Amino acid sequence: MKVSKEELLHIAKLANLKINDDESESYLRNLNDILNFADVINKLDTENISETIGSTDNVNVFREDEIKVFEDNAALLQNAPEEEDNMFKIPKVI
Amino acid sequence: MELYELTVHELIEKLDKKEITISDITKSYLSRIKEKEDDVQAFVTVTEKEALEKAEELDKKETRTKYMGIPIGIKDNICTKGLKTTCSSKMLENFIAPYDATVMEKINNENMITLGKLNMDEFAMGSSTEFSAFKTTKNPWDLKRVPGGSSGGSAASVASNMVPWALGSETGGSIRQPSSLCGTVGLKTTYGLVSRFGLIAFASSLDQIGPVTKDVEDNALLLNVIAGYDSKDSTSKNIEKKDYTKALVNDVKGLKIGVPKEFFGEGINDEVRESIIQAIEKYKELGAIVEECSLDIANEALSTYYIIAGAEASSNLGRFDGIRYGYRTKNASNLKEIFVNSRTEAFGPEVKRRIITGTYVLSSGYYDAYYKKAQKVRTIIKDKFNELFSKYDVLITPTSPTVAFGIGEKTDNALEMYLADLCTIPINIAGVPALSLPCGVDKEGMPIGMQIIGKHFDEETIYRAAYTYEQNTKFRETYKPYFKK
Repeated sequence: MKVSKEELLHIAKLANLKINDDESESYLRNLNDILNFADVINKLDTENISETIGSTDNVNVFREDEIKVFEDNAALLQNAPEEEDNMFKIPKVI
Repeated sequence: MELYELTVHELIEKLDKKEITISDITKSYLSRIKEKEDDVQAFVTVTEKEALEKAEELDKKETRTKYMGIPIGIKDNICTKGLKTTCSSKMLENFIAPYDATVMEKINNENMITLGKLNMDEFAMGSSTEFSAFKTTKNPWDLKRVPGGSSGGSAASVASNMVPWALGSETGGSIRQPSSLCGTVGLKTTYGLVSRFGLIAFASSLDQIGPVTKDVEDNALLLNVIAGYDSKDSTSKNIEKKDYTKALVNDVKGLKIGVPKEFFGEGINDEVRESIIQAIEKYKELGAIVEECSLDIANEALSTYYIIAGAEASSNLGRFDGIRYGYRTKNASNLKEIFVNSRTEAFGPEVKRRIITGTYVLSSGYYDAYYKKAQKVRTIIKDKFNELFSKYDVLITPTSPTVAFGIGEKTDNALEMYLADLCTIPINIAGVPALSLPCGVDKEGMPIGMQIIGKHFDEETIYRAAYTYEQNTKFRETYKPYFKK
């Protein structure tokens, strides 16, 4: 096992997810399965190989920094779980 | 013959000759949806009323343009203004897109008619649509089997004639694999050819939108509409606009086809292998130059994919926090609990699995061993494809290692489900285009797909190869889905 249950729960916490005790076994098995399968790439020599970050050779795609106003506020706010006076509402933070 | 049985190029011909109206077409497809949707379950939303209104309005116009009034189905991860766009997730169950994806602007500019939004695996993660939070789409050839995924709704709706064509999306095989399993023609476009603006992100360096159609000609027609540079997508490529229908030439004489032997070995079903070998024989007969070659990277590509796609997904899906849009938990007394409980309650198990894999490979201590290593292997895989394409015009392999599998057969074992994409995923890693074309059926009558892979931005040669095979074999005229119960 590459990953322990404690590590799994730590990872879940980083990802803002909660994993119950009865689910943890299946998540653990899946993560270990994938990591074991992925061992095949460790057999490849990548010493002098550069990383491919994206799929195109585009670099530094620049454009003018122009302000474009999205007029339809209502369309945006209709998706908000809670809103008040054109603002997203959340529980008190401070 | 019913109108819904026709291809789009046949519909356009009839419209041009004024033999039919746009309303006739819309009504025909809507009646077909009424007849088959209960069995197939391909739609998340059907826009019947809007479609009929638009059809009537378009019928009143005096001049017509080519694509005017042609119905279309849209995968539910593509933003459609004013319409629910759910990604088949509880997280976005009530999300109404505030704007159109660039592909939707193009489709609306052509005055096409959206018939509805199509089911998929949640956030496009899966190979069977069984991970949809709402319903499992059924395979129109055999309703006890999966249609493939994640664009299962797109392929199943086209195969069952509920839409004449559809848009799907790919991150790792999600157009081609369901196309193979449902007997449709599906193209994964070169990364950068079609704008991703408004496609809800899964893994941004891999995601692409593409057409799912009844035949190759329709596929080229739809690509003509959606391809093109978009300043709103910085990874979209500024290349000259092409007319892909010019590539529909019934001739493969002298075409150099490479056949990577590793894609015909272990793990590939015997009948699938035999069917592709026969298709390759057909190409020889038609004058193509066929040669065996080597591309020994399938397992490496699959590993690379699950690392990179997981990493990008864990980052992309970080935006779902229950604040600005999407699901918000009722069980929270502070902000942190809103984040954690909203995500935990609204994401399905496969989405969580991928987020966890992604978070792990990006976490401190494992970044170099997994993520960085995978990015390097990605370079190796790209180079191998480039090397082969210095010798060959196209490569041919099976699209899927098997025909459609049974519902529930692979949901317990994530890794086994992932292997369904063994033949398709290397293409996404390399960023090249590839098309799945039906080339036969197995003993039980289930469709088999052949994958034709091309060079970066050379969709034309793929179309030429596919069109020639199709014209000389006529799959659509020979086999039809039988909705076996």
